Order: sequence, then C-alpha cells, then structure tokens
Amino acid sequence: MTLLGIPILTLLIVLPIVGGLVVALLPKSAESQAKHVAFAIALLEFAASIPLWFGYQPGGPAFQFVENLPWIPGIGASWHLGIDGLSIFLVLLTTALSALAILGSFSAIHERTRAYYMLLLMLEGAMIGTFLALDMVVFYFFWEAMLVPMYLLIGVWGGQERIRAAVKFFLYTMAGSVLMLVAILWIYFLHFQQTGTYTTDLLQLYQTNVPLGAQTWLFLAFAVAFAIKVPMWPFHTWLPLAHVEAPTAGSVILAAVLLKMGTYGFMRFAMPLFPNAAYAMAPVINLLAVIGIIYGALVAMVQPDLKKLVAYSSVSHLGFCMLGMFAFNSPGWAGSLMQMINHGISTGALFLLVGVIYERRHTRLIAEFGGLWKVIPVYSAIFMVVMLSSIGLPGTNGFIGEFLVLLGAFQMPDNRIWAILAATGVILSACYMLWMYQRVIFGTITNAANEALKDLTPREVAVFIPLLALIFWIGLFPNPILTRMQPSIDYQLEFIRTRALDQREHAARQAIGALLPAPGVQATTGTGAPR
Amino acid sequence: MNSLHGLGGANLDLIVLLPVWVLTATACLLMLVNMTPRRAGSNLSALIALLGLALAGTATWLHRGITRPLFNQMFVLDGFTTYFTLLFVGIAFVAVLLSWDYLKRTALEHGEFYALIAFSTLGMIFMAAANDLMMIFVGLELMSIPLYILAAFRKNRFESNEAGLKYFLLGAFATGFLLYGMALIYGTTGTTNLSKIGSYLLGSPITSTPLFIIGSLLLLVGFAFKVSLVPFHMWTPDAYEGAPTTATAFMSAGAKAAGFAGLLRVGMGALPTVMPDWTHLLTVLAILTMTIGNVTAILQSNLKRMLAYSSIAHAGYVLLGVIAGGPDGYSAVLFYLAVYSVMNLGAFGIVSLMGRGTDERVRVQDMAGVGFRRPWMGIAMAVFMLGLAGIPPTAGFLGKFYLFRAALAEGHLTLVIIAVLNSVIAVYYYLRPVVVMYMTQPEGESLEISPAIPATIAIVSLIVLTFALGVAPTALAEAALQSVLSVFH
Repeated sequence: MTLLGIPILTLLIVLPIVGGLVVALLPKSAESQAKHVAFAIALLEFAASIPLWFGYQPGGPAFQFVENLPWIPGIGASWHLGIDGLSIFLVLLTTALSALAILGSFSAIHERTRAYYMLLLMLEGAMIGTFLALDMVVFYFFWEAMLVPMYLLIGVWGGQERIRAAVKFFLYTMAGSVLMLVAILWIYFLHFQQTGTYTTDLLQLYQTNVPLGAQTWLFLAFAVAFAIKVPMWPFHTWLPLAHVEAPTAGSVILAAVLLKMGTYGFMRFAMPLFPNAAYAMAPVINLLAVIGIIYGALVAMVQPDLKKLVAYSSVSHLGFCMLGMFAFNSPGWAGSLMQMINHGISTGALFLLVGVIYERRHTRLIAEFGGLWKVIPVYSAIFMVVMLSSIGLPGTNGFIGEFLVLLGAFQMPDNRIWAILAATGVILSACYMLWMYQRVIFGTITNAANEALKDLTPREVAVFIPLLALIFWIGLFPNPILTRMQPSIDYQLEFIRTRALDQREHAARQAIGALLPAPGVQATTGTGAPR
Repeated sequence: MNSLHGLGGANLDLIVLLPVWVLTATACLLMLVNMTPRRAGSNLSALIALLGLALAGTATWLHRGITRPLFNQMFVLDGFTTYFTLLFVGIAFVAVLLSWDYLKRTALEHGEFYALIAFSTLGMIFMAAANDLMMIFVGLELMSIPLYILAAFRKNRFESNEAGLKYFLLGAFATGFLLYGMALIYGTTGTTNLSKIGSYLLGSPITSTPLFIIGSLLLLVGFAFKVSLVPFHMWTPDAYEGAPTTATAFMSAGAKAAGFAGLLRVGMGALPTVMPDWTHLLTVLAILTMTIGNVTAILQSNLKRMLAYSSIAHAGYVLLGVIAGGPDGYSAVLFYLAVYSVMNLGAFGIVSLMGRGTDERVRVQDMAGVGFRRPWMGIAMAVFMLGLAGIPPTAGFLGKFYLFRAALAEGHLTLVIIAVLNSVIAVYYYLRPVVVMYMTQPEGESLEISPAIPATIAIVSLIVLTFALGVAPTALAEAALQSVLSVFH
C-alpha cells in the first residue's frame, strides 16, 4: 500500500527523520516555533499511521503492507519491512505517544529547541524502523541508531546526573547488543551452510535448524540484549537513573516505546529463532520476571521521588509482559502484548503528569506535595484515572493485560506458582500507587508553595484527553485490538511449537546419521562453528 | 578500455602510469615553485598540489579495469592498485584541503609541505602496486621519509622535533627489520618477485626452514611497525601528537592503508601458503592491538593522542580481515581502510580547526560547549566519533560488519567476540568528545575556532561519505571485492 506514491512503511520511517532535519534547519529566529513545526510533523506521522489500523486485514497471520527490496546484495541484506498483529499496535503506540510527548514538551523545553525536537523526531523514525524490520541487519541498524538521539536527549536536557545517566544508558545497551550481532552473524552462516544462500532475511532465517547445543548460547546472546532493554531484573539498573535524569518527553518515550523493543524482540526474534532454548530457559526467565515484578513493586513503594517510583513500577509491569510471554500460550501472549500497550499508555501518562507538576514546582519529591486536590482538581482527577489504570482496575486498560497474563501463566501447570506470586505484585502495585496518590493529592496542604499551583492549561488537557480515551476504550472494548492480534499470536506460537519439534527431529536425525553413516546421509557436524 | 589492450608495448606502459608521472611532476614542481620568491599567503603551492592530485586521480579512474604487469613485473597495475591509488590520492587531496588554511594560521606555510605529501603519496602507490620485494622497499621508504619530515615540520616546537626523531629512529629500525626479512626470503627462494616467490613456495619444504621463517617474521614485524600493531606501536602517539595536525590526518589514514596494502600484496602474492601459519600469531597481535589501543585511549586527555590510540585499535580490527583471508576477508580490509580513512581524516580535520593563530587547542576538554555554539562543527565531530565507534547509520558500522562477517565465516568466534567487546570499550572514549561538546560548559574562555573554506569543503564531503557509505555501501564493497579478485586471478 502506498501513500503519496511512497510505500507506507518506508514513509513512516523516513517522514520523521526528514522532518527532524527540517526542524534542525529552521532559522535561528524560528527557535520558538520549532515546537509547532515538530508537532505538526508528528501529527502528520500519526495521520500516516492511521491507514495501518484501517487497512490491516485482521483475518490472517501473514505480514501486511510488506516491502521487500534488495539493500546490500553482497551480504544478502534486504529492505524488508512488514507489519503483523504483534507489531501494528507498537507502531501505532509509537506514533501516538511521540506526538503527545512533543506536545507535552512545549513549556518544558526552552533551550536549544530545534535540536531537541529534531532528536525526538529522529528517535521516532528509528523506533518505528525497529518494529517494522523483517531483516536482521535492518533491525540491528535501527536498534543501535536509536541509541544516539536518546543518549543526547538525556545528556543535554536531563537533570543533575544526566551525563552519567546518558553514558550508562548507551554503554549498557551497546554492551548487550554487540553479542547479539555476533549471534546474528552466526545464524546467518548456519543458514548459509544449510541452504547455500546468504541472507539476513528474518523469515528465511526462521527456517534454520540451529543445533540444540549452540541454541542456548545464541538465545542467551539475544536474550541479554533484549533483557537489558526490557529491563529484566537484574539488568535494570540503568533504567531508574535514565528515567529520573531524562527530560519528560524522554522518559515518556523511554517507558512507552523503548522498553517494548526488548519484549517485542523476544517475541519476534529470540523465541522463534531459538524455540528449544526458549522453552528450556523459560523457568529462568519466569523466575527473573517474578523477581522483577515483586522487587520493582517493593522498591517503588519506598521511593521518595515520584519519577523514580514510576520508573521502578515499570520494572514491575514489564515483568508481567515477560511472564505472559513465557507461558507460551495464547492468553499469555495476548496479555503480554496488551500489557506492553497499556504500560506505554499508563506509564507514559504518569511521566507526563509528573512532568507537569515538576514544571510548576521544580521538585518531584512526594514529601513536597499533599492536598493538591483542592488546588488543582482537574490534574488530580486525571492523575487518579491514570493511576488506577496503572494498578489495573477493571474498566481501565491495565486490567485486561494483567488479567490475561495471569490467566495464561495459570493455565500452564508449571507456571502456576509464578502466577500466584505475580498476583501479589498486583496487590503491591495497588499499595504503592494508592499510597503515593494519597500523599500527593489528598490531605491538607502542608507546603505553602503548593497553594499557588496552577491547574492544567488547555494544551496540557489536550495531551491527556487522548490518553484517557485510550485508557477507557481499551479497558471497556479491547476486542478490536485483540482480534487483530490473535491470528498473529496463534500463528507465532504454533510456529514456535512446530519449529521446536522440527529442530529436535533434525538434531536427532543428525545424531543417528553420525552413528550410522549410511550412504546418502550427510553427517555434518552438529555443534561446530558454521563455516 | 579493452581496445587499449591490443596496443601493447612500452608506450602503453607509459600511458597507464600517467598517475605516477603526474604526481612525480607535481612534487618536483612544488619544490621548484617554492624556490621562487612569492608574497606571503600565496595559494599557489596548495593549488598546484590539488591540481596534480586531481589529475592523478582522474587518470587512475580512466584507466581502471586495466590489468597488466609493468617493468619486468616489478610493478603491477590491477584493480588492487587502482583501488588503493584512488584511496591514497583522495586522502592526500583531503589533507591538502585541510592544510590550506591550517598551515597559514600556524605559520607553517612552506611549499615543501605539499611536495612532501605528494612524494609520500607516490610511495604509498608504489607499495600498493609493488610485485617485488625491492619495489615494496622503495615504496615504503618513499612514503616514510617525507612522513618523518612532516612529523618534525613544526620545527620550533619541542614535541614536533621529538615526534620526528622518534618516528625516524623507530621507522628506521622497522625498515631494517623489513629489509633483513627480504634478504632472508631472497636468500631462501632466490627471487624478490612476489609471484615467483609464491610459485616457488607452492609445495616447497622451504617454508619450514628456520631461515625462511625468520625472514617472513621479520617482514611481518616491519609491516607491523608501519601499521602500528601492538607491541610495535610505541612511536604512534608521539608522532601523531607532535606532527602538524593535518599531517597527522594524512599519515594516520594514508600510511596505515599503505602498510596494509603492502602486507596484503606480500600475503596474497608471495606468501599465500604461509598466511594460514600466521593465523595464531596474527590473532594474538590483533587481540593485543585492539585491547591495548582501546584501553589506553580511554586514559588520554589529548585528542590527538586519543585518536592515535584509537587508530592503533582500528589496525587491530583490520587484522580480523587479514586473518580471515580470502576474497571476503581481504575485501573487508579494503572496505574498512577506506571507511576508516574517511572518518579519521574528518576527526583530525576538526581538531585542526581548533584554536586561533599558532595557539592550537587539542585537549578533549577544550571542546566544552562547542556543540551548541558551533553547531556544524559539533555535528561533524559527533558524526566522526560515532562513525569511528561503529554506530549505524555511519559507515563505521558496516565496515565492522564486513570484518566480523569475514572473520566469523572462517570460524574465529573468540576473536570476533573480543573485537565486539572492544568496540564497546571504544564507545566509551568516542562518546567523551560528544559529552564534552554538548553536555558541559567551558571553565575558562571558550574555544576559538578557525573555520576555513577549503577545510569546510573537505569535512562536509567526508560527512556525506560517512553517511552514504553507511546506508549504500554496495558500490564500494563491490569495488573492493573486484580489486581483491583481480589479484587472485
């Protein structure tokens, strides 16, 4: 499908990047207008992503809007983009949240605005590229390229510790992903050895029979890269630092979209490429996920800083995504995907809310506030809805995701214990969120500085209305989303299951072939280096 | 071009050697011009140098695709020669553009500077085109001696004198090793012609005699000095720091590429049967070079020294391709050398703009706040730093990708893992200029920049190349592959 003669997925990647350049090249006198131009571009980008929702055929699992052009024929890399039920909502989430994050930055960023909005737009393009890529080199390309704008956003417009946060963010992610690059090359050669063609096309690499012994290592190389991004306990230490130091829009994008690259990476790459290792490692991942759920919640509870509290709640919420995913069943995956979207909406909104209050008071300490309901009722009301959706109150979006995740985990006899433990995380999240809300919003005004607080401006209300609408829409009518996801989820799960069996059969055949070297049976080495 | 093949004879030899003639003439002309009295600030020398290099480049381009041995097989014109000639001429062209205003501002304006660059370029071309050990030696000397002088070109500065002397003494040692190695190889094989050595060694037991082994190892040591592999890298930081910055740019890109060109010529032409035996040795060298280069770079506060250590580390990455061997490995080397030259020239080019007058600023800290005060300069430096760090969408990423791919294809898993971990270390120090430029404010007075039109043209072209090769590498990668294949056949 094309828009203005350009294939729509390429357009979605290129538009924000070119838009970023446009913003950067605005004359210096237009410094104060940069935000409007950037918002217009982000809105245009969002409008361009709407055809995905309406044009998407919910009936089947196949990739849609596919573009496949040779890119670097010498190594077999192709510009292969496509969208399915797993990625469509993440792309829509990205275009929507990026526009809102830009709108939410209008009054927060006064210095170097052209550079700021340029980086936000370029970041958007790279993130969309990561979700759309169906070629390992294209994926890795965007995955790494995305680090640069985020790094600069944190490092230039961040808080006190911004430099340390930015460098830590960059180095952590980079350190995780370089081993993934080696693993990508490994499977690339393995595929060549088995088929005789060099390709980095994901759908072809899916068909590789990875020896079971090597699979664990390759899965680990991918899993570490993604686990750092998610972040799973104990790889989460960069996250609170980055979140706290980043400017509001940076935190929003970080929470709403960037973390999802990790969870999405497991679904799209790590699990289908190395299904046997994924099954084998499931207990470890589930354990880490549950530790993350409970640990994140407990640490969030004692945070004096609002942003840090939200950051640790992310660790907890993303644990649910992992738990659902590694249940290997349909409700688990649907819940995991829903949780990704919901976390993007709710936590994005929470960061925006913290940003609003920070702009007014230049502090985020819970102890500085109290009794805000009387001064800024609109803010408090919106905060309540968002907070409840983050807890997962029925009727809001958060409920659907957590419920499905727990259902999925509970259906698997081995995972039942994890589901029970994770359910305590739901209770804990209610504790820290409600307690925080009570201390900030209810009670009497203890700090005189809060008496003069101004309520939300119309622009700020305009930022939150779409988010509130999404919270209730997904909470009450999740079906349009679930039906679009379901075929892809079922297909991907079935694919993982059958590939796991195929690979085992292949390994067994090779083992037998090695024992009885009959004529015509090729006895290739099973675990050696691909040559 | 095929019609030319029919002509044959000495005339054609002279025609296809046009780039070499042009460069020689340019260098001599520059020496002569320098003796005539001219007003201060004349641009004549730089213009002659640019014109000569442009002509040489054009002539090379027009004769691409011709493969023939010349001068009794001492000199061979093939895709490999063409690829490197274009690379060297390009490097020299950029170096002249960068030097144009830099020399005036630092009061180093002497016509010899450009003559030395032209002579050195000629030496590099000879190394890449050599099919004879003697030719390699001549090329190496022709390249190195001007570089020694260039390193000491800031004759009033103590560190420049030190740089020149150190470079000269250690370089002389290296040449000694190289020559000794050549003598021993000649002694065991009876010829200095690379192809003849190659065919002589085919199936010959001579490769396991001590004399030959020592000879080939001495040869390797000589090249290791020139491309600064650890532990033969000691001269690099001092020479790079002391030399005029634009001369550093030229030698860091050109001399390294020429050193690898010579190594590959010997490796592919004379010692293809011996290269596999070197694998372990080269692996150790590669690991040491990458790791020590990167770790030491972290400790540097002087940009030129940091880039010097980083260039050592890059030689380690390039070794991955040499170790992998074969068309894929060697073409990855060629690709990486081009990409590395582009980015390194750019980085040193930016450094050459820092400061005003003879007051040069080369500390990382000096860049504080430059990012927003001088947005274009900030972006340029950031691009080159991220490119050298290997972050997409710059060419540095694909360059590394090709090298890692080639090395893994030959099963060097551990080596590749060490290399990728090294590139994480490298990110740390490449990010430092970016951090300082964009995230800190100067403590004292802010850095003065001396922008210049020729340097700007050069740097903008290098930025364009960094991105263009990062998203559309196919043309260059294909050219690199064809160049390597032209030697194999």
